[in-house]
Amino acid sequence: MEILVCVRRVPDTSENEITLNGAGNDIERDELVYSINEPDNYAVEEALQIAAKAGGNVTVVTVGGEEDEEILRREMAMGASQGVLLTDTAFNGSDGRGIAAILNAFVQKGKYDLILTGVQAEDGGAQVGGMLAAMLDYPFASLVNSIEVLDGRKMKIGREIEGGNKEINEMDLPCVLSIQTGINEPRYVGMKGIRAVASVPIPSYGAGDLGLSAGNVGPAAAKVRRVDYFVPSLGKGAEMLNGSREENVEKLVELLAAKGGLK
Amino acid sequence: MLDGIESVSQIAAWLASGRTLFLIIHILGVACFAYIIYRRLVPLLRAERDPRFDHLSARLGKFFKYWLGQWKHPRYKVAGFLHILIFAGFLLLVARAFTVLFVGVAPNFVMPGFSGRTGEFYEALTDYAATIVFLCMIFAIVRRLVFKPARYEVPARYGNAHKADAIFLLVLIAILMVADSLFEGAKAAALAQQGPPVAYETILSLPWIFNSALASASVHRLGSFYFSGYLLHEVTFYFLLCYRPFGIQFHVETSLFNIFFGKLNKGAVKPVRWGVSDEQLEQVKSYGVKTFEDFTWKHMLDFYTCADCGRCSDNCPANAVGRPLSPRFISIKARDYAFQHYPMFGAPGDGKPLVGNIYSEDEIWSCTTCGACEEECPLLVEYIDKIVDLRRGLVDDGNVPQSLQKPLKALESRGNPYGKMEKKRADWVNEKVFQQSCAIKTLDKNNGADTLYFVDSITSYDNRMQSIGRATARILDHTGENFGILGAAERDSGHEVRRFGEETLFLALRDQNAEAIKASGAKRIVTADPHAYNALKKDYKDLPPVEHISQVIAHAVKSGKIQFKPLENADKVYTYHDPCYLGRHNGVYEDPRNVLDAIPGLKRVEMTRCRDRSFCCGGGGLMLFYEPKEDQRMGVKRVQMAAEAGANVIVTACPFCMVNIEDAIKVAGLDGKMSVIDLAELADQQLKRKIPPAGATGFAEAQQECLGGR
Repeated sequence: MEILVCVRRVPDTSENEITLNGAGNDIERDELVYSINEPDNYAVEEALQIAAKAGGNVTVVTVGGEEDEEILRREMAMGASQGVLLTDTAFNGSDGRGIAAILNAFVQKGKYDLILTGVQAEDGGAQVGGMLAAMLDYPFASLVNSIEVLDGRKMKIGREIEGGNKEINEMDLPCVLSIQTGINEPRYVGMKGIRAVASVPIPSYGAGDLGLSAGNVGPAAAKVRRVDYFVPSLGKGAEMLNGSREENVEKLVELLAAKGGLK
Repeated sequence: MLDGIESVSQIAAWLASGRTLFLIIHILGVACFAYIIYRRLVPLLRAERDPRFDHLSARLGKFFKYWLGQWKHPRYKVAGFLHILIFAGFLLLVARAFTVLFVGVAPNFVMPGFSGRTGEFYEALTDYAATIVFLCMIFAIVRRLVFKPARYEVPARYGNAHKADAIFLLVLIAILMVADSLFEGAKAAALAQQGPPVAYETILSLPWIFNSALASASVHRLGSFYFSGYLLHEVTFYFLLCYRPFGIQFHVETSLFNIFFGKLNKGAVKPVRWGVSDEQLEQVKSYGVKTFEDFTWKHMLDFYTCADCGRCSDNCPANAVGRPLSPRFISIKARDYAFQHYPMFGAPGDGKPLVGNIYSEDEIWSCTTCGACEEECPLLVEYIDKIVDLRRGLVDDGNVPQSLQKPLKALESRGNPYGKMEKKRADWVNEKVFQQSCAIKTLDKNNGADTLYFVDSITSYDNRMQSIGRATARILDHTGENFGILGAAERDSGHEVRRFGEETLFLALRDQNAEAIKASGAKRIVTADPHAYNALKKDYKDLPPVEHISQVIAHAVKSGKIQFKPLENADKVYTYHDPCYLGRHNGVYEDPRNVLDAIPGLKRVEMTRCRDRSFCCGGGGLMLFYEPKEDQRMGVKRVQMAAEAGANVIVTACPFCMVNIEDAIKVAGLDGKMSVIDLAELADQQLKRKIPPAGATGFAEAQQECLGGR
C-alpha cells in the first residue's frame, strides 16, 4: 500500500512563548522554535504501522520552503521512505484551499492508496484534508482515531464523536483521512536518526512541475484573508475553592459531577 | 598422621583397589567441569568488548578489599558474618581438598609445604574450618526454612521460589564437610587401633566427633567408613563443582574475576561502545543493548556471578515503592536466559530482543540510577551501565515513553527540558532584592572570571529552585569569589539525558557547554546541583576542577571565611538527606554534615538510611517527567523516614531532592510538621554578614516563593 502523509511545520506551542507582533497581524517569529505539527506526527506513525502490517511505502510531503526540510527529515528518521518538498514562491500566501490544490496536483502525479493528514494544523483551520479529498473525489473521514485494514481495498475507520464516543465506518481505498492525536503512541526520533537521513536527497517540485499557475494558488487565488490576530481578554469563568483540603475535594467532585465530568 | 598410613595395610589396600575408580572420577569430574566452563564462556566470547585489564594496582586493591576482605558483607550482620565464616572456611579448606583428591590416586601425597608441624597445624585448623562451615550450613538452612528473611522471597511475577535450590546447595556443602570429616575421623580411629593409641586432638570438631564415635569399631568397619567417606566426598565434590555453574553458587568460581574486573570509575557511564570514540560514534549502526550479545563480557560475568542474595533489591527505592523493577531479577532473568539461550549441548538459540521478552519497558525506565544496588552488592555486580545500555537500545528503536518525548525534544531545541527560551535562562538573577545585593557577571570570551557557577536547567528556570541559585551566588559572593555564570550560553548538563539513553543528544549538549566553559576561561567550576556536578566531573572531558557548593562552604567554614550566626528557632531538629549523586556516586558525605554542625544551636539527627545507604527521593532530571507505575512515591517514604528519625527539617543539597521532598511532604500530609531546605539556602540564611544586604533573606525568600507555588 502506498501511503502519502501531508505534514506541516508549525511553531512548537510547548517550547515557545507566543506573542503578537507590533502590527498585530502575525505572531512574533524571531525566536520561535518549530517542529512538526503534532497531529501530523501521529498520522505518520499510523502510516508506518499500516505499512508495517500491510506492506508498502510511506511518503511524507509538505508545502513550504527549504527550512521545512527539517520536519521531512524527522519523519524520514521515523521510518518514512521518502520526503517531498513542494516549494515555489508562487505558493506563498496560499489559503487552505490553495494548499489543498497544491497537494492535489502532487497526488495526481503519483499513485497513492491512502492519504493521511493531521486532524488540523496547530496554526491552521482543519480544512486541507477535507478539501483535498473533495478535489480528488475520494472518500474522507475526519477525527480518525482507529484504522483497520480489511481484506481487499477496504478499511474500517473509527471516528471520534462528541462526548468521547466513537463511530465505526467502512470505506474503500483510495481515501483521505485526517488523523486525531492519541490514535497511537508515536515513536521517538532522536538526533541520531535525523543525522542518519541528513544526506538523503529530498526531491522538490515547483508550480511548473505540478502544472499549477498563479490562478490556482497563492494570494491571487486565496478566498480567505487573515485580517487580525489578537489575544482574547480574560473571561470571568474561574471559580476559586478556598476551603480546607477536604472541603475543596468534596466541592470539586460535586462540581465535576454537575457538569457531567464524572460518570 | 598421614605418615602412618602405609602401616595400615588394610586401608592401603582399599586405596590401591580404589585408585582406578578414583582416577576415573577425577578425570570425569575435571572433564565435565572444563566442558561446562567452556560452554559458559561461549557467550562471553561473543559479547561486546570491555577493556578491564587496566589499572592493575587498583584492581588488586579491589581484590584484597572486596574479595579477600569481604568488605561489603558486614553491611548485613547475620548473613554477612555467616558468609565471612563460610568464605574463610572454604579458603582454608582449599589445600586440604586438593590433598584429599590426590590421596585417592597417590596415597602418600602431601601438599608441598604442608608436611611436619605445619601439616599438623593445618590439619587441626581445617578440622575446625570444616566444622564451622558445616554449622554455618545448618544455620543457613534453618534460616531459610524457619526465619525466612524477606529479601529471599521471589515475587510471583518473577517466577518460582529459589528456596529449594538454595537449600539443596547448602545441603551438598554440608554433606561435603561430613564426608571429609568421616573420612578423617575413621582414618584416625583406624590408626589409633593399629599403632599406639593417640587421642584425636581437635576436640569438638566434626572429625573428632566421628573419631570418638568410631573409636571402638572394628578395623574392617573403619575401613568401610573410611572408604565410603572418601567416595562420598569425591562424588559430592565433583557434583558440586559441575552443578555450581548452573545456579547461584557459580559465584564461588566467578567472584574473584568479577571483583578484580569490577568497575573503577563510579558515577560515570560506559560509552556506547568501548573503543569507539565520540567522533566515530555516528558510524555505529545500533546503539545500546537490544539482544543478549549486546552486553559486554563483564556484564555477562555479572549475571553468572549474582548470588541471588537480594541485597540490591532490598535497598532499591524503585522496588520499595512497588515499581516493576528489582535489580536482583535484572541479573537472575538474564542469567536464566543465558543458560537457556546458550545450552550445554547444541547451538545457541535465535537472539530475541531482551526488552519485551525477559524485561519490560517499564522495568527499564523505572530506575533512578541512584546506585543503592551497586553500593550494596558484595560481588560488585553493575546495574546502572546495563540499565543505561538497555535504554540506549530502546531510544535507538524509538521506544521512549510519551511523557519523556516532549522534554527530550525541548532539550534538543532549547537546551532545557521545559522548552523555555534560552534568553530567559539567567532571569533568576533579575530578582529585585537579589540584584541590589549581588551583581552576577555573565562570562564569555571577553568577560572572564576565576570561578564559573554552573547553574543547570532546574535552578535556572524553576521558580522555587531559583532561590537555591541566588543563595549559592550570595555565598560565593560572601567568600570573595570572582565568579560568573554562562547565562544564555549554558545548556542542560545532560546528566539524565545520558542516563536515559539519549547519547547523541547528550553529546550535543556536552559539546555546547564545554565550548562555552572553555570560552569563559574559568579555572574552576562550582555547582549546587549534584547531577550537574557528576556530569561535569565524570561525563565531560578536560574541564577545570568541579566542586559542589557544600564542599565550597565546608572549606570556607574551615578557613574561617564563613561564620554562622546561631539558629533562632532552637526547637527544630534537622536531618541531612544525602543526594545520590553527591553521596553514593561521589563520596561527599562529610562536607554537608560539617557545614550543618558548624551552625551554632543546630540539632541534627541521622536517618537510619543515610550516607551510602541513603534512600533516593525519586530521581532527578528527566525522571521528574516520567510517569512510573508505583504504589507510593519514593519521596513520601523518605519523608516518613525523616519523621521516624525525629526530625522536622530535612536538609538536602540538590534541587531535584527539593522538588521531590517538597511534594512528598504535602502528599504525606506532613504540611506544617515537616519542612525542607537546601544546604545552600540554610547556609546563606545563617551567614554572619558584616553588612547585611538589603532585605537578605535566604529561607524567608525560599518560603515566600514556596508559598507562591510553582
